[in-house]
Amino acid sequence: MTFAHIEDLQDALAQRNYIADRSLTTALFLAMKLNKPLLLEGEAGVGKTEIAKTLASLLDTELIRLQCYEGLDASTAIYEWNYPRQLLHIRMAEATQQASAVDIFSREFLIQRPLLHAIDASRTKAPVLLIDELDRADEEFEAFLLELLSDWQITIPELGTIKAVHPPIVIVTSNRTREVHDALKRRCLFHWVDYPVLEKELKILTARVPGINAILGRQIVLFVQELRRLDLFKIPGVAETIDWANALAALQTTALTFESVDDTLGAILKYQDDLQQIRGDAVRAILARIGSA
Amino acid sequence: MTEGHISQHIVGFVHLLRSMGVRVGTGNLVDFAEALTYVTVTDREALHDAALCTLIAKADDLPIFESAFAFYFRRLSALDLQATNLPVIHIPQRPLRLPRRKPGANDDETGENPDDLEEQKVGATMVYSGSETLRTRDFGSYSHDEVQQARDMMRRMKWRPALRRTRRSRRDKRRGVIDLRSIMRSSMRSAGEPLHMSYRSPRYRRRPLVVLCDISGSMDRYSRMLLQFVHTLNDGMDHVESFVFGTRLTRVTRLLRSRDVDDAVALVSKQVLDWSGGTRIGNTIREFNVRWSRRVLSRGPVVLVISDGWDRGDPTLLSQEMARLQRSCHRLIWLNPLLGNPRYQPLTQGMVAAMPYIDQFIPVHNLVSIEQLGSMLATMPDVKRSPRRVSASPRGHLNNEHQVSHE
Repeated sequence: MTFAHIEDLQDALAQRNYIADRSLTTALFLAMKLNKPLLLEGEAGVGKTEIAKTLASLLDTELIRLQCYEGLDASTAIYEWNYPRQLLHIRMAEATQQASAVDIFSREFLIQRPLLHAIDASRTKAPVLLIDELDRADEEFEAFLLELLSDWQITIPELGTIKAVHPPIVIVTSNRTREVHDALKRRCLFHWVDYPVLEKELKILTARVPGINAILGRQIVLFVQELRRLDLFKIPGVAETIDWANALAALQTTALTFESVDDTLGAILKYQDDLQQIRGDAVRAILARIGSA
Repeated sequence: MTEGHISQHIVGFVHLLRSMGVRVGTGNLVDFAEALTYVTVTDREALHDAALCTLIAKADDLPIFESAFAFYFRRLSALDLQATNLPVIHIPQRPLRLPRRKPGANDDETGENPDDLEEQKVGATMVYSGSETLRTRDFGSYSHDEVQQARDMMRRMKWRPALRRTRRSRRDKRRGVIDLRSIMRSSMRSAGEPLHMSYRSPRYRRRPLVVLCDISGSMDRYSRMLLQFVHTLNDGMDHVESFVFGTRLTRVTRLLRSRDVDDAVALVSKQVLDWSGGTRIGNTIREFNVRWSRRVLSRGPVVLVISDGWDRGDPTLLSQEMARLQRSCHRLIWLNPLLGNPRYQPLTQGMVAAMPYIDQFIPVHNLVSIEQLGSMLATMPDVKRSPRRVSASPRGHLNNEHQVSHE
């Protein structure tokens, strides 16, 4: 599926319940057109990972996800040789007196990891490759990505260079626990995903929690938007708003009351200090404010 | 717009961004130009979005981009410098200079406590100050020339903070886990027979350092020397993040990158507006925890707080934020210049509030203490601190649990 206009992409995303604003859609649209990776930065829980999932389902293609962590290395992210098989092959060759040990570094002994899998030549369609939370991996790992993200190829010393026939659509996300290296940034388009404004968040909530009572939905979003203005250690993201709405719906709440907020506050605030600060008077104050709005 | 016009505008706009301090590579420019073939150039919003995702690579640059765009593709009012994060340089009433002692002007200051006065007297009698006496003299009693001398000595110090075991490995001939890949490859040379063993062992890296330096009024006598000290740290190591604070927190990592210490210090004094004001350490640490900790406290850093602990803020807040800071770093070290005085007791409200959460409490008042800090950092164990005992009264910790060392 290709999109002629940015609006088409925006509509298609909305049909899959992903509400994207113009600038995010433009970034995504251009990433596909210019064939460049898209680096999404933003606080946790603003829908960075979700965009890749939605895109994959929209394009009806495979989603390959690489979750980053400290110490992630080439053998887990790119490829690994199948050593037991290689060893067996050598023993076999010895037993059958065939001196063909050289070819143990060939395709059949290669184990594909996500990145190599994404550029596999046997594909008929470009997959979506999600490199999630890149900032969790150490700086060294970024170097592994450079060749892939600029030339859509991976060089394996024993085998040669493997190049993608259909370059993947790459979404890289970062929570900014450290700055991603310039060399990598230069190869990407960049978009900062911010917390949504009231109307947008309301749309997201209605899209994600379809059965939600309209009054309750509005109150929830107003409440969360008020919370984001406070001096908290961790401001709730959209993911928290959705969780909270689901929690309240599960408790058959129809409107926010002091008790219902107090019971479910743990769905939006995840730090004890923040909970302590908000619980009680602050909840009452916010409820009073959104009641009068 | 004709083709020629568009490319002119692209280049012009990129120039404007660069002149405002945004780093835009030629590659970005090419991407932007290519992007414009896919969007409606006459649609201002589309142009904006295309420029945004191709030219900008840092969230910090966003406000600059917005005002540059508004200015260049004018429709709104003129460029609003105040709305951006651009360093707006205020011309101060006094010459831009850190508190610095002029030669011979030793006695014109009234210290906060009587001990200071006595120290100064001691300092004033040491007219013969060779480098050995300079090492043990209190920074606060340095003359202008001595500051220069001490700076040179400080520059020669080597900083090698302790190592942290990373999850990455490197080749090793003797120990570690067996490196099958390497063995398989080398065995190809001997018809599949592995003749040599190869291993991989964990790689070690130096721990990053985060410095929070108090530059409020009560630290006046020490600020200049300590800032030079922070500059030395920045100069000698890769991963140092530095902040200064009085009533508010300012990140000075980039400013201190300047090679020349005078340039660096001048840059800092231009940017920082609360020199020699009051201190609200609790608020500062909170600001650090909320705004910066996620960005600079990964990879197990050692955090140095340099302050005399004279705090005008809320002690409960200080305790709470110090506790959080301690939880999120490898070791939290408090450097207090007043601790150089053997009669000093950390009994100020701020110090008492912070004390239970400090892993090490050491002086930083002369060159010897800085050398000691260096060797302490170098020998810091790579093990997690033992779980803290929860104590009801912070005072209980003061003298028994924490290493209070005098040189």
